[in-house]
This record gives sequence, structure tokens and C-alpha cells, in this order.
Amino acid sequence: MKKAYLALADGTVFEGKSLGATGTVIGEIVFTTGMTGYIETLTDPSFAGQMVVMTYPVIGNSGVNREDCESDKVQVKAVIMKECATHPNNFRSQETLESYLISENVIAITGIDTRALTKIIRTNGAMNGVITTEEPFCFENYAEAIQSYKVGAMVEQVTCEKAYTVGEGDISVALLDFGIKRSTIASLTSRGAKVTVYPAMTKAQDILSTHPNGIMVAGGPGDPEECMTMLPEIKSLMTSGKPFFGVGLGHQLAALAMGGKTEKLKFGHRGANQPVKDLACDKTFVTLQNHGYAVTENSLGAHVAQVSHINVNDQTMEGIRYVDIPAVTVQFDPESKPGAKNETYILDEFVNKMGGNHNA
Amino acid sequence: MPKYQDVKKVLVIGSGPIVIGQAAEFDYAGTQACRALQEEGIEVVLINSNPATIMTDKMMADKIYVEPLVAESVRKVIEIEKPDSILPTLGGQTGLNLAMELAEEGYLDKMNVRLLGTATSAIKMAEDRQAFKDTMESIGEPCIASLVVETCEDAVSFANEIGYPVIVRPAYTLGGTGGGIANNEQELQEIASNGLRLSRVHQVLIEKCISGWKEIEFEVIRDGKGNAITVCSMENIDPVGVHTGDSVVIAPAQTLSDKEYQMLRKASLNIIHALDIEGGCNCQFALHPDSFEYAVIEVNPRLSRSSALASKATGYPIAKVASKIAIGYGLDEIVNAVTGKTCACFEPAIDYCVIKFPKWPFDKFVKAKRTLGTQMKATGEVMAISDNIEGALMKAVRCLELGVISYDLKKLKALSKKDIVRRLSLVDDERFFVICEAFRRDVDIDMIHTITTIDLFFLHKLKNIVDMELRLEKEELTPELLAEAKKMSFPDKLIASLSGISEIGVRAMRELHSIFPVYKMVDTCAAEFEAVTPYYYSTYDSYTETVSSAKKKIVVIGSGPIRIGQGIEFDYCSVHAVWALKEAGYETIIINNNPETVSTDFDTADKLYFEPLTAEDVGNILEIEQPDGVLVQFGGQTAIKLTQALKDMGVRILGTKAEDIDAAEDREVFDDILEACKIRRPEGRTVFTHQEALEAANELGYPVLVRPSYVLGGQGMEIAYNDQDVQEFMDIITMIRQEHPILIDKYMMGKEIEVDAICDGTDILIPGIMEHLERAGVHSGDSISIYPAPTLTQKIRDDLVNYTEKLAKALHVVGLVNIQFVLYEDEIYVIEVNPRSSRTVPYISKVTNVPMVDLATRCVLGEKLKDMGCGTGLHPEGNHVAVKVPVFSFEKLHDVDISLGPEMKSTGEVLGISTDFSEALYKGLLGAGFKMSETGNVLITVRDTDKEEILDIARGFRELGYQIYSTAGTAEFLMKNGVVSATVSKIGEGSPDILDLLQEGRFNMVINTATKGRRPERDGFKIRRKTVELSIPCLTSLDTAKAFLAGLQSSCKKNDLTMVNLIEV
Repeated sequence: MKKAYLALADGTVFEGKSLGATGTVIGEIVFTTGMTGYIETLTDPSFAGQMVVMTYPVIGNSGVNREDCESDKVQVKAVIMKECATHPNNFRSQETLESYLISENVIAITGIDTRALTKIIRTNGAMNGVITTEEPFCFENYAEAIQSYKVGAMVEQVTCEKAYTVGEGDISVALLDFGIKRSTIASLTSRGAKVTVYPAMTKAQDILSTHPNGIMVAGGPGDPEECMTMLPEIKSLMTSGKPFFGVGLGHQLAALAMGGKTEKLKFGHRGANQPVKDLACDKTFVTLQNHGYAVTENSLGAHVAQVSHINVNDQTMEGIRYVDIPAVTVQFDPESKPGAKNETYILDEFVNKMGGNHNA
Repeated sequence: MPKYQDVKKVLVIGSGPIVIGQAAEFDYAGTQACRALQEEGIEVVLINSNPATIMTDKMMADKIYVEPLVAESVRKVIEIEKPDSILPTLGGQTGLNLAMELAEEGYLDKMNVRLLGTATSAIKMAEDRQAFKDTMESIGEPCIASLVVETCEDAVSFANEIGYPVIVRPAYTLGGTGGGIANNEQELQEIASNGLRLSRVHQVLIEKCISGWKEIEFEVIRDGKGNAITVCSMENIDPVGVHTGDSVVIAPAQTLSDKEYQMLRKASLNIIHALDIEGGCNCQFALHPDSFEYAVIEVNPRLSRSSALASKATGYPIAKVASKIAIGYGLDEIVNAVTGKTCACFEPAIDYCVIKFPKWPFDKFVKAKRTLGTQMKATGEVMAISDNIEGALMKAVRCLELGVISYDLKKLKALSKKDIVRRLSLVDDERFFVICEAFRRDVDIDMIHTITTIDLFFLHKLKNIVDMELRLEKEELTPELLAEAKKMSFPDKLIASLSGISEIGVRAMRELHSIFPVYKMVDTCAAEFEAVTPYYYSTYDSYTETVSSAKKKIVVIGSGPIRIGQGIEFDYCSVHAVWALKEAGYETIIINNNPETVSTDFDTADKLYFEPLTAEDVGNILEIEQPDGVLVQFGGQTAIKLTQALKDMGVRILGTKAEDIDAAEDREVFDDILEACKIRRPEGRTVFTHQEALEAANELGYPVLVRPSYVLGGQGMEIAYNDQDVQEFMDIITMIRQEHPILIDKYMMGKEIEVDAICDGTDILIPGIMEHLERAGVHSGDSISIYPAPTLTQKIRDDLVNYTEKLAKALHVVGLVNIQFVLYEDEIYVIEVNPRSSRTVPYISKVTNVPMVDLATRCVLGEKLKDMGCGTGLHPEGNHVAVKVPVFSFEKLHDVDISLGPEMKSTGEVLGISTDFSEALYKGLLGAGFKMSETGNVLITVRDTDKEEILDIARGFRELGYQIYSTAGTAEFLMKNGVVSATVSKIGEGSPDILDLLQEGRFNMVINTATKGRRPERDGFKIRRKTVELSIPCLTSLDTAKAFLAGLQSSCKKNDLTMVNLIEV
């Protein structure tokens, strides 16, 4: 088996085995603690520009079924695993994870101490690194490239090229694509919505002129401040009087558009077990999250916005209800994992506000 | 302060004696619950009949009642203590059933006692088959085609409708007691009638058999606000068809894609909401392997064995959190004790694999039916953690202490490939071994899958293990290969034997190439947050997370899985040793692998290593920790067995030395010691072969005791009355290779006496002398034991103290010692000396107020008894009599002879305490499950030699108003002596015969003494088995029968017992 090396910006080197494509890749290393859903993770556009460490040690057990992909390609820059199953077994499996990664030309490394790596990231924050199959390995060859790497403006890379429509419902939703997942679209269509997906750079006027029942902004990867040019458009959409729902990057951009601030979290919230409390009803939900930035506390005045949700682990802001405008935004994924009814009420609310009638 | 301000005094109901299906996990849960309540300043009142538990310890509750777990005593305790609330969901099915009984009869309302946690209505909805099914249907969760029936006829007609095979599940029983799979009408008739009888509500569920589907479990917790989380998913590697308690289970679930995982997670959450559970709950699902079709199998609205496993597998303290929820806290208000900062409202992320492997009692019950089905048979379980599945499987097999270090059984070598393939279809305790053997014989994996229906994913894991064995056999042992084998947790010993290198050679190679284990944390969050109370497991990875502190530290070796002969009492001792060491200022480290216990709770020791208890695994930890000493005397035989190996590594064994431990077991050395002390023992010989055994037996004169040395609970011990018996027992013993000689002793039928003592090297302290109710020949663990010994003269007592002191000193005991004596014709003989903790330590500590383990630990650390304030010599007797009564699990084990003998058969025990002997005895019997009915029909069939003795017993029963039934010979004898007895026909000698009458429920008690040999084809065996199947009490020792009679004759009444608060004893 071919060797591969993973080196971090701080000089730590892990030697492992190469899996998938060969070559060299540089990116920001983040970890996710989800125990299932590796295929959904790898194809989630929010991971664009990042190399993902799977903290669960045995990955690929149920193989790959392309129906489960959250987008039409692998979005992560590389995959870091302890072990990748050689004999997956599941009735829907079409191929092994390894063969999928090869066909998608994605570099991966296995056989390394993923827990030790995770602890480094936990302590030092998300960090850049390199994975290479080139030998002999010499850290100095990559040091500069690692240092200078920035995830940068990923939205342009992950958003759709042109608008398209999915579903045949009675209510129409304009969904601005900042790196959306297929499951996000499905969560709307399953509630009886016709969804028109627009590229992130679409002008507010072009959307509003189609008279949608509601507007949703969802995604996505990277630093929200890379999307400053979009803020006026988002503000127009928010203040248009239409029900507005921001998710993920959409939550952060909405806050920036309304005068708030965002900040980088040390190592982000990634995984399927993030506890979020709805302050209004005093209930806590376990949510799926994948973000490295958060809206800064108190950066929006109380006359503009009210905090609706917080992360119970670190108390960061997870949801906002805007004052005087029908705009609601949340940092976590309101449905992509089909959890119990409780967790999806925000989505139901949005659909109901648009004139849909979703009681589920 | 509790969240509910009006909760000030809570009654916690324990789970009673350890039986198959309800073991140490409820001591763990109960202990966590008591602590969680005490933390809140709540006064805790506890009732539990099991004295070997940590939860009945004085520091665990404010009031402790070690009383029979029957409604009458719970009512009595409620009347005395007037608690405002009762917590019923942490004491297993026993605790739950009791609370339900009191709630249903309106008693709790009448007494203003609030039921904490899940409401009665919710429990009923989950436990009542039909109500549960209706609820599931109403929320759209699919159930398996099934029908609740109350008669056999209905069972048969429904089975005809849905088709065979069908599963029979009785309502409200433990571990599926009385259930089974019926393949045809005849089998259904049999299983259903049995199940109906065992069910408290006389209901059984007849269900479509879905054998072969995946079995997936979720542990779910919900609070009163409606916040709910799943703590852990678990996948049974054995597909549906094998009871989850008998299945090899892996956590988290492995073969589900996210879609299936989320589907079942969502279903679990829907269920817990629909049932309105406030606390913990276990949901079991069957998932079709080739579609999204699933069905809810069962929901337990309480903490269970699975929750203990999920708790230990993730680090999430389920019992503690459930208790806090019960007193009004929300999940978001409870701190995750492992991280100390995050809250309990999250789903643990784990970054390792956990294997649970059951421990079955078939090594003791060699004649028992080993097949596994819907009725649980395991007595305990082990948990192994690794970062890969192969490694966890390899660790698990070592944890089991089966005498093997891989999935390789010698006895399978003799079978042909064809026989191995045939054996694959047999679902028994050896299935994993057979599968591996099949791989060794090149049986195609798809064929193995077709036969076993075990998921190919898991079969490949087992195959990887076998492939590694083959590589080690064939290839040269390179550092790379060695590293790969170690990653899969192959022990050095196995690598050595496969590659033909010495174990030392393998070790040297590892050292040369720095192939060492590292230790990783179990921290609930896959390293996302820093952990404050983590525990550790080994992997062969790059970075270690355990740091040896500079503090003085001591390692306590635990006792591994619960098994017959080594139960929860050794966990009690290990935990107490840890506490005593902490008190003395040491850092404490526990090594153990039993997920059900208090010792493996995250906050018992300062550090916990979840590892197999073999010399290599333990040695690796000691090398890193460099402790100041190791304690082996509290972990039962499991820990004692390691003594020599640890000593060879240069480890300091604290307390009694390795050579002295050995001296107690080594026949010749021990004989010399006895001679020097001028103490007698029954004459005996050591032998290796059948021929030597026969010669020894004839020389000593029958009857003789035959047993292997170095065993637990009299394993393999039998009384032989003739040459044929000796032959048979030797055959059984030598089935497993014996490294030590076999012992043949003269059997003396006297009074058995047991002493536990603490010795500091100078002085001894004997907290109490116990006397066995049954004469010698019944294993001490199976005897009714009485403290203080009621029939001994002062002279005998003095001699016993004197002998104990002499022996303790001669063996240089520092710490605990247990000595068993037999009093035969007024002479004291020593039967055995165990220089370690024993089964009786917890109960004697509790009734005498001498904290034995604490004192023993302090002795080990160098303190002297005379400075400890508990005195020396024989501790003065208190005012209370304590009667320990054994409890058996025979209804779970087919084909096991229930007659008592020198080999231990009980799984647990209860205690009866009173100032009056007959009341203590009555309570003990009641607690052990005897119905104690004052009139009824008793069947007496005894061997000829017992006829004289049975006369008084029969007369006693007759005088109470019992009808006596006996077979012709016995009846004639009784009549001749003036005791009226009806005659019944022997088996096959006319209809109705004994079995028919038993079946129709004629007798409510049977007294039967076994003729020698105990072969299954004998009538006595059949009668005894029948009583077990029908839950009719059957007494096989005349002494027990006498005691039982005495209990009945006493003026005790079930609803008028004096409750004793242990704190005040």
C-alpha cells in the first residue's frame, strides 16, 4: 500500500496510507464527530476548501450510494480517516468508499491517529495542512504553501451556475444557493413548496420580481466576510416583507447585512450532536451543524434582532428573530437529518408563514 | 436542592438478588441514583434484599432496608419512613413491578407517595403488549404481526393465521423468562402454557418470527420538558432470534447508512415522546437487511442492562441523568460530568468501537442446553474497547476467561469440515468460534452468511482475524506484520504460538521496534471537548493520552464478568478497596472489563482502564503507571490468578504475598502448614490420571470429593459415591487441560462453618462466625448461611478463632482471608483457605458494622488493627441474626440438575435480618422467592437413606395442614409411622403420574433428594426439572426442607414483619 503524509502548519507530521487519488493537496483541516453520514459529509458544500478528519475510526462500512450525496461531487478537499472499510455491506451500496474517492479524484489518508489530530485542532483551532503521496516527504517543501492557504471565497465555486426549479407545490420559495445541500431543497419540496434555486450572486430585484411566497438563503462554506458584496442584496430581500429564512451561512450573512458582526470559532461546530436551545419555549434539540464562524453576541441591537437560539455547549448564538420584519435565521441545519418532529418546527413555521399549511 | 421542591425523601427500590437477566447493572444504576439524589440534599430510603451490593452500603442512603422485595415489606417501609416519593425505574423489572403493583392498588395515592420519573400510565403502555402495540400503531411505528393471547387455543389459532415459526413472549417477565420460538403446534402449546403461567398478568405475545433481521437498539433519554436525546445506538452482531442479553453487541451500530440510522433514531425519539417517558428508555428494532422495512421489537421504559452498557460504552452517566430528570431537572440543566462543562442534552460522539460479549455459565453446567434463543442464559458480560472492530473482538475473547486467547477452540479441531459447516447452523455460545474455525477450513464466507445470517460486514471482521492468524503462521514475523497483529489486539502469547517464536522473543521484538500500546480516552465527545473524568482503553496507535502522575498510587485489579461463583461481591470489595485507598491519600486505578458494575463507573477510581485481565494487558498498564503497588486480593480468582505473573514482572503485590497465596492452593505445601499448626483436614490425595483418582478414592473410602485445584465456586467439584462416579467426573474435569493436579478428598458429612478474617500480620479480627444450615457437601455459596453461628459451643468458637489466627499467620496473610471448616463428630477440620476476599464479606461487613475491606486495605498499607478502633480477635456479636439465602436461575437453564451439591449453582443471594432467628430465616426465604404458603400440597420423594430423616419433616408439614403426597415406598414408610400420605404413581407407572400431577398444578412444593449419579434420564432429575419449569419450589436438601418448615412454623406473617433499618444495626 502506498504511503501518504499529513503535515500540519505547526510541523506535526502523520504518516499513513494513501487511499483514493494520489498527489498533493493543501487545505484547512477540520474535524467532524458524526458516526454515520460520511457520504453526506463529504458531499456537503459547506466543507468546500477543507480537509475533513472523521473522528469515528471505522468509515465506509455501508459503502457508497450516490443517492445519498448532498451535491453532485465530493466537496471536501481531502478525507482523513483511521480505517476505511474494505468490505462494506449494505443493500444500497453501489461501491466502496475507496473506489468512490478514486473516481472522484479525491485524496485521502488512512491509518493515522485521528484522535491525536483532533486534539491538536481542538487545542489550536482549525489549522491548515497538506496531504501528499510524494516521496520522500519533506515538510519544508510545503511549509510556505500551508501557511499562505486561505479557504477564501468558496461560495462562487459551490453555488449553482444558473437558476433552476424543483418541485410542484402551491407555494413558491426562492432559495439563494450559497452552497446548499440537496436535503435542504428536499425539506422544502416535501412540505409542498416549489423551489427555485438561484445562484448566490443573483440580484434581489430579479428574485423579488418573480413574487415568491418566501425567500430562503442557505449554505455554505467559508468566511462570511468573503461575501460582503452580497450583503445589500440580502438586506433588500430581508426587508422586502416576504417571509425570510436564513440557514447556516445565510444566518451569518443576514446578521452582517443588518449591521451585525461575525467571528471565527476556534474549531467550529461540526457533527450531529450539537445541542441548541430555543429560548422562547425552553427546549433543547440535538442538531446537525457544520460551520466555523458564528454571529458575534450583542453585535445586533435589541431593536433590530432578538436571539432565539443558543448553543448549549458554548452559549454562542444559533438563531435570530428579527424585529419588525418577518425574518428568521438559524445557524444549525433545520432538517437535513430527518430528526424528530421537534427539530423541524422552524422549517414548518417558515412554510406556514408563506401560506403553506404544514402541521407535521 | 431538587428541582421539585416538594421532593424531600425518596424511596429507591433495588432489584434484589442477582439472577440471569438481572445482574450487577442495577447495583450500578441504583448506586448512581442514590448518589444523584443525595447530591441534591434529598433523604434516601433504600430497600433491596441483596446484601452484596454497593447500593446497600451505609454511605449510599440514609435508611437502608435489606428486606424481601415483596409488596408487603415495601408497604411496611413506606409506613415507617413516610417518603414523599418513590423512584421505581432504576431497580430493574423487579423494582418496577413492585412499584406498579402498589400504584395500581391505589396504595401510593393513599399514602401520598409520588411516583417519580415515568408515569404509571406510560409504564403500562410500554409493558402491556396490547397497549404498546396500539400506541405504536397510533404513531405510525410498525410492530411485528402479533397478538396478545391469554389462552393456548388463541395462541395456536393466531399462529395458524400468520404461519410458523412464531415467537412467544410472556408479559412482565425478566430477560424473556418463559419465552421461546415455536416451529409447530406442539412446541407452541408447550411454550405458551409455560409463558402464560410465568406472566404476572397471564398474557403472552405470539409474534411472527423475524429471525435473521438486524437487531438495533437505541438508548434514549427524555426529560419532563420533552427534550429527548439518543445516547447510543447498538447493533447486535447476532441477528434477531437471540436475546439481546445473549447477543454479541457492538456500539455504535456499524452497518447502517445514515438514512437507516436516522430512520431508527427518529423512531426512537417518536416512541419516547409518545410514551411520555421521563428518564431512560431502551428501544429495540428489527431492521430488514435488504430494505428500509423495520419493526419495533420492544421498549423498556426503565434503565436496563443495555443502558448500563450504553453508559459505559459512551461515558454518558445514564442512571445519574435519569435520576436528576426524575426530580425535575431538564436535560439542559444537567452538567455532563465527564467534560464538566458541556450539558447532558447532547448525543455522545464516540471515536472507538465497543464490543459486548456475554459470559455464559456453560463451563459450570456442562450438561446444560447451550443453544441460545429468546430466553437469556448469560450470567454476565464483558466489554472491550478498541479503535478497530477486530481489536475489540480479540480483547473481548480474552476478557471472558474461557482459557482461550483467540476464537480458536481445540475441541473443534477434531471435527471435519462438513461437521463444522453443520455446526454453523447451531446458535449457541460457541458460534463465533465455529465461524472462525469455518474460515480456517476455507468455508466460503457467503455460505457462512447464508447459514448464520450474520451480516457479511461482521463476518469479514472475523475473517480478518483468521487471516491474520494464517499470516502469522506462514509469513516471517516482520516488524510490520507484528505491528499489524498488535493493532488487532493479538496478544503476544498468540503471536508467539502462531509464528513459532517465544513470547519473550515477541516482546523483545516489540521493544526493539517500539511497538507499544497507547491509551486513549472515553470522553463522550470524540475529543471535541476536554474531559475531566475520562477512562482509558489501549490501542496500538501513535499518541498516548494517559499520563502517570507523580502521586502515590495503587492499582486495584477487578473481577471481570459476573459468573456463578464470582459475582457482584467482588466488585463490592474492589470498590471499597478503592475508597479506602482514596481515604488514605492514594491515587487509585482500577482495571476491569465488566460494564455492569460500580467499579467501572467513571467516578469510582481516579483512573479506570477498561481492559482484559491478562498478564500482558495488565502488565502494559502497570508499565506506564508505575504504581506503588497492586491489590489482587479483592478481585476474586480473576485477580488472584494474575499474582504470579505480576510478581514475575517485578510488580509489588500488596498484602498477602504470591507465594503464600500459592501455598494455600498447593496441596503439599498446605498440608505441611496444617501439620505445623496441628490442624486437621479431611484426608486427601492429588492425582493427575483416572487411574490415580480411582486408587485414591478407594484408599480414602467412598464418598469422596473430586475437584480441580485453582477454581471458582467449586467448579467441577462433585461427590463421588463409587468408581463409576469418579470416572465420569474425571472425564468432565479433563475435558479442559489441567495445569494443576486434581484433588480427591474424603467427604465428611458434618456441619460447615465459615470465617472471614482480617489480618495485619500480627493480629486478626474476625467480624463473625457463620454457620451453614445445610450439612457439608452443599457448596458454601449455595448454602443458607447464618450469622451469628447458632449451634456452636464456646469451646468450638475458641478453637475456630485460634485456628483462624494460626492459619492466617502461617500463610502470612495481610488483608483478608476466608476459611471454611467442617465440624465432624465434634472435631474441626479445615476444608479450604482462601487468602482473599470472599462472597460473604459484604454481608458480614454490613451486619457486624466492621468495614472489612476498608480495614483490610489499611492493613495492606501497613496500619495495625489495634489502631483502627474495631478491636481484634472475635468481634462481639450484635443483637441481630442474619440469614443469607441463595437464589438460583434454573428456570433460564435447561437440562441443569437443580439438586444442590459441592459445585456452586446459585447466581445470587438475599439476606434476612431480624433480632429473631425464625423471622430472619422467614425473611430470607421470602426474599429468595419462596411463596411461604401456610397450607398446600407437598410432594415428598426421597432416597432410601433419607427416609428416617424425612419423617419429622413430613409430620411437621402435616401438622401445618399440608397434604402429603409421595411415591409408594415413601408413602408406605410414612403411613407406617403415622403420617398420612397419598400415594402417587412414579413416572410412566400409570396415569396420572408425578409429572402429570405437577403439570396440572397439584403440588405447591416438592422435596426431592437426588440419588447418586444425577443422570438426566433418571426420574428424580425429570421431576426436579419439571418443578423448575413450572416454578414450583423444590428443596433438594433435607436441611433446607427443615429450615423451610421452621420458617412456616414460626409465627411470622408476610404482612407483619419487623423492618430493620441497617443503619441502626
